[in-house]
Amino acid sequence: MTAAVLSAPAPQAAAGEPLALETRDLTKEFRIGRKWYSSGQPLRAVDGVSLSLRKGEVLAIVGESGCGKTTLSRLMLGLQQPSAGEIFVGGEPLTNVDRKVFSRRVQPVFQDPYSSLNPRKTIGEIIRDPLQIHRIGTSAEQNAEVEAIMERVGLARRLIHSYPSQLSGGQRQRVAIARALVIKPEIIICDEPTSALDVSVQAQILNLLQSLREQMNLTYLFISHDLSVVEYMSDYVAVMYLGRIVEAGPAAEVLRAPRHPYTRALLSSILTADPGLGLPEVNLGRGFPDPLNPPNGCRFHPRCVDALDKCATVMPRRIVSGSELIECHLHDTAATD
Amino acid sequence: MSSVSDAVSPPALKPGRIDEFDTLAPSPKALMRRRARSHIGLIIGASLLAFVVIVAIFAPLLAPYDPYAQDLTRRLVDPVWGPKGTWENIFGTDALGRDVLSRLMYGARISLLIGFTAAVIAGIIGATLGILGGYFGGRVDSFIVYLINVKLALPVILIALSVSSISGGSIPALIILLGFLTWDRYAVVTRSMTQQMREREFIMSSLAAGASHTRIIMREIFPNLLNQIIVIASLDMALIILIEAALSFLGLGVRPPMPSWGLMVSEGRAVMFFKPYLIMIPGAAIFLLVIAINMAGDGIRDVTSPEGRG
Repeated sequence: MTAAVLSAPAPQAAAGEPLALETRDLTKEFRIGRKWYSSGQPLRAVDGVSLSLRKGEVLAIVGESGCGKTTLSRLMLGLQQPSAGEIFVGGEPLTNVDRKVFSRRVQPVFQDPYSSLNPRKTIGEIIRDPLQIHRIGTSAEQNAEVEAIMERVGLARRLIHSYPSQLSGGQRQRVAIARALVIKPEIIICDEPTSALDVSVQAQILNLLQSLREQMNLTYLFISHDLSVVEYMSDYVAVMYLGRIVEAGPAAEVLRAPRHPYTRALLSSILTADPGLGLPEVNLGRGFPDPLNPPNGCRFHPRCVDALDKCATVMPRRIVSGSELIECHLHDTAATD
Repeated sequence: MSSVSDAVSPPALKPGRIDEFDTLAPSPKALMRRRARSHIGLIIGASLLAFVVIVAIFAPLLAPYDPYAQDLTRRLVDPVWGPKGTWENIFGTDALGRDVLSRLMYGARISLLIGFTAAVIAGIIGATLGILGGYFGGRVDSFIVYLINVKLALPVILIALSVSSISGGSIPALIILLGFLTWDRYAVVTRSMTQQMREREFIMSSLAAGASHTRIIMREIFPNLLNQIIVIASLDMALIILIEAALSFLGLGVRPPMPSWGLMVSEGRAVMFFKPYLIMIPGAAIFLLVIAINMAGDGIRDVTSPEGRG
């Protein structure tokens, strides 16, 4: 088993097959309150993220809202330009890949199925759109393709002339999945694909994503804040906090034996089906820190139950062993003083 | 799906296909037609507007007299309800003996022609600037906001007066002038709507699918703005008709002897205390046309986008 998460510079996969998607020290800085007389305050939404995703795998990125997950997904979709660092698609730097070529390999499924479909277009038009952009096939072939993909994602054919407002949330998300898959990409970046849906519909969409993955040999980058979803879906997990990956590794390891205090807190926040137990004690203390003014040292120390003295001053090192990564002083055995 | 709903589903459906519901909710277009039929303001406004348009188009067939023919023996004849009115000149005659009804019918052509074409020109300028500013943001947007601010700071009537006094009041010059003076509303509305839409995920999806900016603007953004543009165009058209009337009244719009409604009010001014009908009839025509356009525009907004309204 090679590493799902590596420190930069990452060696190419030993087998010779290039990684499906890779980021090296990816950083995105926004300028808040920019005016002509000032350059604004920097906000690092994504800070030195190095990830790699092999073909056929599912890598989940977990973290609470505001931690930079969505920015990371937009960077990886090429919708925003990174401030520093690089993205590689199949071993090639993203900056060298034509936008149209890239779009045939990587497609998104977004969070909100109410905002991801144009209200003025019919379902058929929405799903056909990528085929038209890439000029794939004749009109009749495109029709056939649209109907085939609709059947595959479980949409009744008669919905082809309906408008998004006539569909339920689950049906809309199926449309979004069909649009992403119609040009047969290799990689799907799912940005919280189920968080806007009812619990019962969530399971249907997750099952659909799982079976499509097997049928079409897809690779997923799966972004979520819901650990039970992540556990069900993913091979590898990366935990993100304030723009940094604080712990990563195979899903079974990270979720069964979490090492970073933040991962442990996240795991204890999973709600159980028994309402008698009440809300779980998370031990995260005060609210989310201000990303405009991140804490010194370890970014997590103000909320950490196990914080040491040096956590407030010294930034923890990134420790990589095999396929696992952690950024925490508690697990830094080299620096014992 | 339970066996009960399977039993209800029509036999035409092949087994194994996914069909959760057999009845489809009414389509947005059907709902729109339903709302349009029960919207009294829209029906009144649209009928009135349609009436004026038909009269304007068929003016040569409908008008009882030549609108330019002067008959000095029949000057200032009262309309049919006046003390000396006859059915020969239903709305009477003006100071040069021309038939007011005929002039009114031909005047509708001028008001509608100027109002419609100037509103279209303004719409093209305003919507293009607004969409570009809202979509691209940054420096493009700063420049377009600057243009809008400059435009908003211009005194419309004053500019119209000075430019039309130079250009000499030809109708094409008037249309272009009014088009360039009223595009700001389109720009302000389309810009803010495009800005909001820019952040929606269907634009992101289209970008991620490799669509060009031109395609996104034409296929994703513009169709979503069309209703609002039509509504603004109706308000703008009413405004332009009023400005044209004002300019013509002041003698700087349409040149005599052309039958413009504003010019007719102006010509009747000299005798307004003795023959008030000469300003009341064209005045009422302007009022009715403008209110018809506004009612129709309000109606279109209610019917096409009911979600944003109370």
